[in-house]
Amino acid sequence: MQYVNLAAEGEINPLIPHTAELVVGTIAFILLFLTLRKFVAPMFEKAFTDRTNAIQGGIERAEKAQLEAQRALAQYTEQLANAQAEAQTLREDARVQGASIIEDLRAKAQEEAARITATAQASIEAQRQQAITSLRTEVGALAVELASKIVGESLDDAARQSRVVERFLDDLEKSK
Amino acid sequence: MGNVRRSSGEGGFVPPGSADFELPPIFGDNAYTTKPIFLVFLSIILISLFFIVASRRAAIVPSKLQFAGESIYGFVRNDLARDVIGHDFLRFVPYLFTLFTFILVNNLFGIIPLLQFPTMSRVSFPYVLAVTIYLVFHYVGIRKQGAIKYFKEIMFMPGVPKAAYILITPLEILTFFVVRPATLALRLFANMFAGHLLLLVFILGGEHLLQGVIGLKLISPFAFIIGIALTFFEFMVQCLQAYIFTLLAALYIAGALADEH
Repeated sequence: MQYVNLAAEGEINPLIPHTAELVVGTIAFILLFLTLRKFVAPMFEKAFTDRTNAIQGGIERAEKAQLEAQRALAQYTEQLANAQAEAQTLREDARVQGASIIEDLRAKAQEEAARITATAQASIEAQRQQAITSLRTEVGALAVELASKIVGESLDDAARQSRVVERFLDDLEKSK
Repeated sequence: MGNVRRSSGEGGFVPPGSADFELPPIFGDNAYTTKPIFLVFLSIILISLFFIVASRRAAIVPSKLQFAGESIYGFVRNDLARDVIGHDFLRFVPYLFTLFTFILVNNLFGIIPLLQFPTMSRVSFPYVLAVTIYLVFHYVGIRKQGAIKYFKEIMFMPGVPKAAYILITPLEILTFFVVRPATLALRLFANMFAGHLLLLVFILGGEHLLQGVIGLKLISPFAFIIGIALTFFEFMVQCLQAYIFTLLAALYIAGALADEH
């Protein structure tokens, strides 16, 4: 097509299209459309989808983590309650056991005490018997000795009598 | 190039007009080498490169570049396609995304230094885009509802008294087959055309004033200041038009997908 200088030929109607421009406009528009459709739109859509997925994935992960945390918390709470109950039982058992041990020990101690007391009493009794026996023998001998002394001396007056007793007692003192 | 536009001619100021949009070929006489055609090719190269590089990694944690690309793609995908079309919007996203970026970049060429020509002010390009919408939304409607039911529902709107069809049927046919694509194309074209013309008026006007007497020279800065202010305004209009075009395209597709119009 030849370029015509319409300006030189008078009035120009700007509403009348030019063939060259129509052709170029159509080709350019189709080219641009195909390019943008093939290379640009899918990439941007992909970016949008990826972003949405990333955000949704993040939310889902957070929700899962929270659920897990809640489950763990419940588990720990339960375990703690169990442990407390167990400790309570143990304490109760220990108390009962301790009481019974104390009771046992007390009974044993009383028994021991009774035994010791009994032994001591027996020993005291034996010693007492021994002392009585030995005292009786000694008193007998002394009585005999005193009697023989009394018989050996004449006990006519009181002064002599007391002298004899004094001497006896002195002898007794010395013999010790 | 030898084809420099002059603001002043023999008869004084040459007001900008539709002739200023008829740019001569850069090489020889070939109509395929005009500036708008180069700009269109430049736009599809820029858009493709930018988005291919931005989306190449498709990482979960985006880089700045990927984030920038994703923001634009996400805007078309979520705020236009998903909110308007709803269910099953995903297969229209590449088409709407192409529309939006193609129009936006070509519009912005109107204020990018050195390029400074909104490609969409050449009516051929909006026509092409409108034709694609025309094809897409009729195709979608026919695929979804079957050709007979689709056209029947367009021509005989359900829930309307029979007598009213005399009035409504021609209107509906006109709406669906002529008005919708035509207004879509013309709105975009006219906005870009008028915007560029407005910039030309103030900037060429400023230039012309500079060549005048001293008093006019003093006024010329104001013309340039308004030209700069209008450049910012144009930026807004360019973005808005790209948005409106894509939004309406999405609306028409949504209408064709809906069971009842």
